[in-house]
Amino acid sequence: MYDFELVKPKTLREAVAALQAEDAQALGGGQTLLPTMKARLAMAEQFVALSGIDEIKGVCLDDDGRICIGGGTTHATVARECAESYPALASLAGRIGDPAVRNRGTIGGSIANNDPSACYPAGALGSNATIMAEGPNGTREIAADDFFLGMFTTALEEGEIVSEVKFPVPERARYEKFIQPASRFPLVAAFVAKFSDGVRVAITGASSSGVFRWTEAEEALSADWSPDAVKGLTAPDAGEMISDLHGDGAYRAHLVKVMTARAVAAA
Amino acid sequence: MAKVTMNVNGKSRSAEAEGRTLLVDWLREGLRLTGTHVGCDTSQCGACVVHVNGDPVKACSVLAQELDGAEVTTIEGMANADGSLGTVQQAFQDYHGLQCGFCTPGMVMAASALLKENPQPSEAEVRHYLEGNICRCTGYHNIVKAVMAASGQQVEPVAAE
Ligand SMILES: Cc1cc2nc3c(=O)[nH]c(=O)nc-3n(C[C@H](O)[C@H](O)[C@H](O)COP(=O)(O)OP(=O)(O)OC[C@H]3O[C@@H](n4cnc5c(N)ncnc54)[C@H](O)[C@@H]3O)c2cc1C
Ligand code: FES
Ligand code: FES
Repeated sequence: MYDFELVKPKTLREAVAALQAEDAQALGGGQTLLPTMKARLAMAEQFVALSGIDEIKGVCLDDDGRICIGGGTTHATVARECAESYPALASLAGRIGDPAVRNRGTIGGSIANNDPSACYPAGALGSNATIMAEGPNGTREIAADDFFLGMFTTALEEGEIVSEVKFPVPERARYEKFIQPASRFPLVAAFVAKFSDGVRVAITGASSSGVFRWTEAEEALSADWSPDAVKGLTAPDAGEMISDLHGDGAYRAHLVKVMTARAVAAA
Repeated sequence: MAKVTMNVNGKSRSAEAEGRTLLVDWLREGLRLTGTHVGCDTSQCGACVVHVNGDPVKACSVLAQELDGAEVTTIEGMANADGSLGTVQQAFQDYHGLQCGFCTPGMVMAASALLKENPQPSEAEVRHYLEGNICRCTGYHNIVKAVMAASGQQVEPVAAE
């Protein structure tokens, strides 16, 4: 790994200011970034550690009943603290990687990274979450629908920090992950959420353009909330799915259906 | 370079660290505590697991400078005060939970974190918790047996498959 200077701000303001330096990058839990830096696929002169900023850690409830998770909150904390308030999200967080990864990795890092196989992007998109981005010009609110712009691409601007993610709590929800056992990431996973005004279905691990909403399933499930409603649907186009040695496009397209139906059955 | 101080196995210890110095290198090279192993260096294998402020983390995937002031326990801190093996270590010996021993420090640290959180885990819970710890030798059965025994539970003979 190339050497760099590490700065450790205590407040969000200081972190935003530090990220204004030329060639500076945020460091969340480092569970994606450090391996990438070791492989020399990422580097910067200055890394800004977010782990010392207490104001972006923890879980609370806002006036609209949304669960607000600080961007620096670890997966382990979400698994523990949302177990009653939002079990589907807690179970998603509690199955990311392994216990040691969950003690360092953060929701802000996962969402900012937008790995096409990551878990949180499906949870945020499926829950219709709002992402709070803190930058030099203040705070921006970005709907999940406008945030995830394709593989490793988001609506975040240079130097912006995910300070909080706000989750409306659905009537019923579930995350079903078909695990790729070597990486422990999903091969394909589905997050389904039933709200009073309709159903949302977010799929990760499948599409070569990253997390997406499977709108056909959303329509079918809004009309008939049952695993059978999914079984009758045509799977997404295999040509648009990721194809690699772990599973080709047709296999992944099939898994999209299977995991969605399982999620509905278990919700 | 910066001087980094942590409480390691109950003692205040200091050593220099560059920005990029990983906790595992700070422990092994800075403090000469070589019990913590590097298996993969890519965050996959868990050989480097230590406890930071009580929680298991991969020492190859966290920066030393970030942990200035932290409390760290390594495998060297797992023995009893008189130098005899701690409960989890002794169980690994009794149940042949190791062969080459390379993964063992990480296994012991992960297993003891599990038992702190869940003192009487089921076999399935042990296997699930140790998901991030890879062993190339044992086939895991004896590791699971050792953890069950360390928790004071009845250990069914686990036949090698
Ligand atoms: C063995 C292993 C298994 C894993 N399994 C899974 C899995 O099953 N599912 C899954 O989803 N993930 C998995 N991960 C990835 C893990 O969840 C990471 O923690 C996560 O992807 C990145 O979060 P982080 O806090 O570690 O961010 P970092 O690695 O520190 O950063 C990632 C990127 O986000 C940026 N960043 C970090 N925090 C913020 C912020 N608050 N605001 C803006 N930008 C930020 C960084 O600059 C960097 O570009 C796994 C990782 C490992 C090592
Ligand atoms: S050496 Fe740290 S996980 Fe393998
Ligand atoms: S005992 Fe050799 S790797 Fe586990």
